[in-house]
Amino acid sequence: MPSTDVFTTITLQHYLVLSAALFMIGLTGVLLRRNVIVIMMCIELMLNAVNLSFIAFSKFSGRIDGQIMVFFVLTIAAAEAAVGLALIVCIFKRFREVNIRFFEHLKG
Amino acid sequence: MLLSTIVFLPVVFALVIALWPRENSLRHLALGFSLIEFILSLKIFQQFDPSSSSLQLVEKHMWIERFGIQYFFGIDGISLWLVILTTFLTPIIILASWNSIDKRVKGFHAALFLLQTAMLGTFLAFDAIFFYVFWELSLIPMYFMVGIWGGTRRIYATVKFFIFTMVGSVLMLIAMIYMMYLTQEALGTMSASLLDFYRLKIPFVGGTLLSLQSLLFFAFALAFAIKVPIFPLHTWLPDAHVEAPTPGSVILAGVMLKMGTYCFLRWIIPLFPEAAEYWAWLFLLLGVIGIVYGALVAMVQPDVKKLVAYSSVSHMGYIIIGLFVFNSYGITGGLYQMLNHGISTGALFILIGMIYERTHSREIARYGGLASVLPIFTIFFFIVTMSSIAVPLTNGFIGEFLILMGVFEKNPWFAAVAVTGVILGAAYMLWMFMRVFFGPKGELVSDEHHPLHDLNAREIGVMIPLVVMIFWMGIFPNQFLDWSKASVDHLVKNRSSYNLTIKASGSHDPQALPEEAAQ
Amino acid sequence: MNHSLLMAILLLSPFVGFLINGLRWRKNGPNLAGGIATVAIFISFICSVLLFVDLVSMPQEARRIAVTFFEWIAVDRLKIGAGFVVDPISAIMILVITGVGTLIHLFSVSYMHHDKGVAKYFAYLNLFVFNMLILVLGDSLVTMFVGWEGVGLCSYLLIGFWFTDREKAAAGMKAFITNRIGDAAFLLGMFVLFMTFGTLNLHELNELAPTVAEGSWLGAATLGTLLLFIGATGKSAQIPLYVWLPDAMAGPTPVSALIHAATMVTAGVYMIVRLNAMFIAAPNTMMVIAVIGAATAVFAATIGMTQWDIKKVLAYSTVSQLGYMFLAAGVGAFGAAMFHLMTHAFFKALMFLGSGSVIHAMHEEQDIRKMGALKKYMPITHFTFFLGWLAIIGMPPFAGFFSKDLILEKAFASPLGHPLLWAAGVLGAVMTAFYMTRLMALTFWGKSRVPKEVHPHESPWLMTIPLIVLGFLSVVGGWIGIPHVISAILPGHPANILGDWLAPMLKVPLSDAHHHLDAATEWTLMGISVVLAAISAAVAYQFYVRSPETPDKIAKALGPVYQLVSKKYLIDELYFGAVINPLIRLSKNLWHHVDVNFIDKITYVLGDLVRGGGSLVRTLQTGNMQLYAMYVGLGLVAILSFVLMR
Repeated sequence: MPSTDVFTTITLQHYLVLSAALFMIGLTGVLLRRNVIVIMMCIELMLNAVNLSFIAFSKFSGRIDGQIMVFFVLTIAAAEAAVGLALIVCIFKRFREVNIRFFEHLKG
Repeated sequence: MLLSTIVFLPVVFALVIALWPRENSLRHLALGFSLIEFILSLKIFQQFDPSSSSLQLVEKHMWIERFGIQYFFGIDGISLWLVILTTFLTPIIILASWNSIDKRVKGFHAALFLLQTAMLGTFLAFDAIFFYVFWELSLIPMYFMVGIWGGTRRIYATVKFFIFTMVGSVLMLIAMIYMMYLTQEALGTMSASLLDFYRLKIPFVGGTLLSLQSLLFFAFALAFAIKVPIFPLHTWLPDAHVEAPTPGSVILAGVMLKMGTYCFLRWIIPLFPEAAEYWAWLFLLLGVIGIVYGALVAMVQPDVKKLVAYSSVSHMGYIIIGLFVFNSYGITGGLYQMLNHGISTGALFILIGMIYERTHSREIARYGGLASVLPIFTIFFFIVTMSSIAVPLTNGFIGEFLILMGVFEKNPWFAAVAVTGVILGAAYMLWMFMRVFFGPKGELVSDEHHPLHDLNAREIGVMIPLVVMIFWMGIFPNQFLDWSKASVDHLVKNRSSYNLTIKASGSHDPQALPEEAAQ
Repeated sequence: MNHSLLMAILLLSPFVGFLINGLRWRKNGPNLAGGIATVAIFISFICSVLLFVDLVSMPQEARRIAVTFFEWIAVDRLKIGAGFVVDPISAIMILVITGVGTLIHLFSVSYMHHDKGVAKYFAYLNLFVFNMLILVLGDSLVTMFVGWEGVGLCSYLLIGFWFTDREKAAAGMKAFITNRIGDAAFLLGMFVLFMTFGTLNLHELNELAPTVAEGSWLGAATLGTLLLFIGATGKSAQIPLYVWLPDAMAGPTPVSALIHAATMVTAGVYMIVRLNAMFIAAPNTMMVIAVIGAATAVFAATIGMTQWDIKKVLAYSTVSQLGYMFLAAGVGAFGAAMFHLMTHAFFKALMFLGSGSVIHAMHEEQDIRKMGALKKYMPITHFTFFLGWLAIIGMPPFAGFFSKDLILEKAFASPLGHPLLWAAGVLGAVMTAFYMTRLMALTFWGKSRVPKEVHPHESPWLMTIPLIVLGFLSVVGGWIGIPHVISAILPGHPANILGDWLAPMLKVPLSDAHHHLDAATEWTLMGISVVLAAISAAVAYQFYVRSPETPDKIAKALGPVYQLVSKKYLIDELYFGAVINPLIRLSKNLWHHVDVNFIDKITYVLGDLVRGGGSLVRTLQTGNMQLYAMYVGLGLVAILSFVLMR
């Protein structure tokens, strides 16, 4: 029964929809939130959404590559978080402010 | 190896000067270098065969094989004298700027030698891309020369100069690349050699601007016309001249403007014979307008240097009309006038620089009666003025006479208008001369606190070679013309299917080897 | 002696003089500089005489010594050598130039003695003679043009010799630029001839000249000669380019004598005579020349009658006399033109030097209203000036009589002539007699109006000797061209030496309807002009010596006409108002409105367009990172949808 299957069997689509939803939430956060720390967290969310789809693809196709990619992403995410937070600390020290609206100095 | 040495030796000089530890002996060093370069360039006469119209002393190596771009130097009767002019003027410029350049001396001389390489390369390169490198390279030292050592509005002037010339060059580059593709179609492999370009038969349709040959013609012509400059593209010139330091003005007027006219002779006329013929009226018209317009505007300039700058517009107009009548008189005269203008206008700028060093003003109205205070200066200025207004027995006359004769043969009406330049030339030069040198003493001349000193030995030494050349070229023009006769005749006779052969190097065998088509 | 060596010395001697004085212009004193310069010219004179003697010894048809030193310009068909020719025409010229030149140099030694720039002066003078010799000896129009411009240059330098005076410097400039207008036409004339005949060699041009008179105005010979003649109007001060010559009197007086009376200004006439075969082939040109010549002769004479400056009177007289030479050339009487050129060189040089002597004695005063009765102070100057006066007003047997009479006769009788031309010539002669007598009377005769503080004195011998020699030549100079009717009644029937000498070189008018005047007509013509001139001179004597108040009354009675004439017909003002000032205004407008406000504006507009486009795109660059991210996202969507929906 396909109509009940939706709730009983978890297919690739379920994972992908979840991943897309998480990604959109993250993206919305990145585009709309003003606080740099929140933006950082939203970026993490987007990365994890991607991770989720990697793993899902890996599981359903039976290949290991996707899971390996996830490790890369996790590592890079960690590095990114470290550098990003360090930058935020610097910015906060200098401007006493982490609201992104105040950083529009690269105007053309 | 001679030509490579001549072209690239100045780069070595520039490096040595840039790295030279001591500031005080720098000028002597630079003067010595430039003299070495001049003597080296005279060696060309030893190896050059004036009876041959082929390309001589050729050095040719593949540079970028994929596009057929070559390291390609050669010389013929058309470029010969321009090379000598360049190497002749450089020591004079160094000597003339002995005192006037007092900041960043090292940088100045390095830039000067770099510029010399660029100019020599432009005259000697026979590969389109190779040529383009030198052509553009010449802008950079000049840009700095005006921008660093120039007058008060130097930044405006140097940017204007740079942008004007750059605009034309870009179109030229596109045209060159297009022609490289044409060689691929015609010869099988791509080639940027000018000699291969000469072989192309580029389709031409009269009556429209949109035929291929006309488009390429104008792409090139625009670049060269800005450099010359031809009316109405001349407005960068007065600004650049006024703001440039003396040596910059001398190089600009003496050699860089000739790069434009030389390229008309080297590129436009042989490469696009039908288009050149078809559009000749336009260039004759613009040239004639330039002659009259330049002279008229020169007449009312309050600044001596600007006056001479506008006189250049007028003189360059003569050269252009000379080239665009395609007969021996016009082209020989045009070629000769390039040298004349280099020498006499260069000398005028040097003289103006000398007086500017003394009074720090170039305003004609503030002078007057200079002749009784600076007699030697006056004599030199007078001789150069005579050369500039083409009095017989000075070099200017030969060029102007031949050009007017050539134009008359082609179209008497243009000659009749151009000949008014003879009158107006005398008018603006002599009027300026009268206001500066004659009459009662002006405020700058009679200033008790700053008595003016006549030329010193160095300055006389600067002027002597120029004055000697003025008379030598005026009295024995044949000694100069004989070297370019074969090349000019070859161009005039075979203009519609021009072809340059390469003379076997080292041998004085008159049998020229035809260049093999790139396979 | 070797001809080319002789020719080289002839040419180079003045040049060497120029170099010596020119390079030592600060050191050479008046005697040394003058000595060098005079000797230099004298050497040339000796060479000229030697060449002349050689020429005489040759058979009549072969009288031609040609030397080419080197090839000057050789391009395509154009082959111009540094070639020089002595033939009967140029032989006369070099004798006059170097002979009169030597005398004037000698005169200058004393005249310029106190001038600081004396070495410079002599250097210029020698350079002038060098160029003048190139002009007359050159074997082609181009070599002639070298001298032609060269003498103009020296004239410029010498007119503006006292350059601290702005007006004198301006006079020099005016001379050069006016001459340049002529020179431009000369260039075009050369081109016309070269394109048609393929050569610029004078000899060859004369050989190639059409043998049938050219009817069209646009024929090569007509157009070419007409343009050359415009060149001649510049150099020889004819209407409409004569305006520079009166101003040229700003130069030292000996310069006026040498350059602006005896030699340079006659170059135009000489050029026409040189190229006579070509000019004869163009009757239209000849007509123009004759009319312009006659008009100038009369026009300048009227102005001469009203001038008060001794040199200005002589200057207008020179313009007028040059008009006679052109009148002669225009009616095909080339021999007469050369004859008058020569006699005029003698008597006008004499009168200029005489006026120099007067000015010297009067301490630089040139206004004849402040002179008078100088006869008793300066007997030699007066006497020689008197001889010159008789010569110029054409009293027999003085030099001017023979040459002027020949011109008038030809103007009447030549196939190219016309009685009206003759009448103009006679009218000019009458006026010449008037103003010259006026000049004599106001300067030397009548009551003294000399200011008290001035003490006139006779000039030193260095100045009077040239006057005496020239005075002698003004008397006998005409005897080499005695017309047939007169020699017929003279004992021994002297031959017309000059006429015979020049005859092989000159073409006669092509028309075969040659009027032969009978002796009676010839006598009548001669009588009319002489008698009228004598009456005119007597009237002038009456006016200016007997009753000095009459001229003023007449001037008043004439009212505006007199004003107009005495202001030189306002021609200078006309040229300034109609040509020069508008040209300068035009140039200023071109500069401000075309260069600065149009061409540069266009480039600015192009620049502004680029800048405007830039600032338009610039608004996208807000600096807001989130907006950038949005662009990236939107871009991604756009690309994806394009790719997927294709």
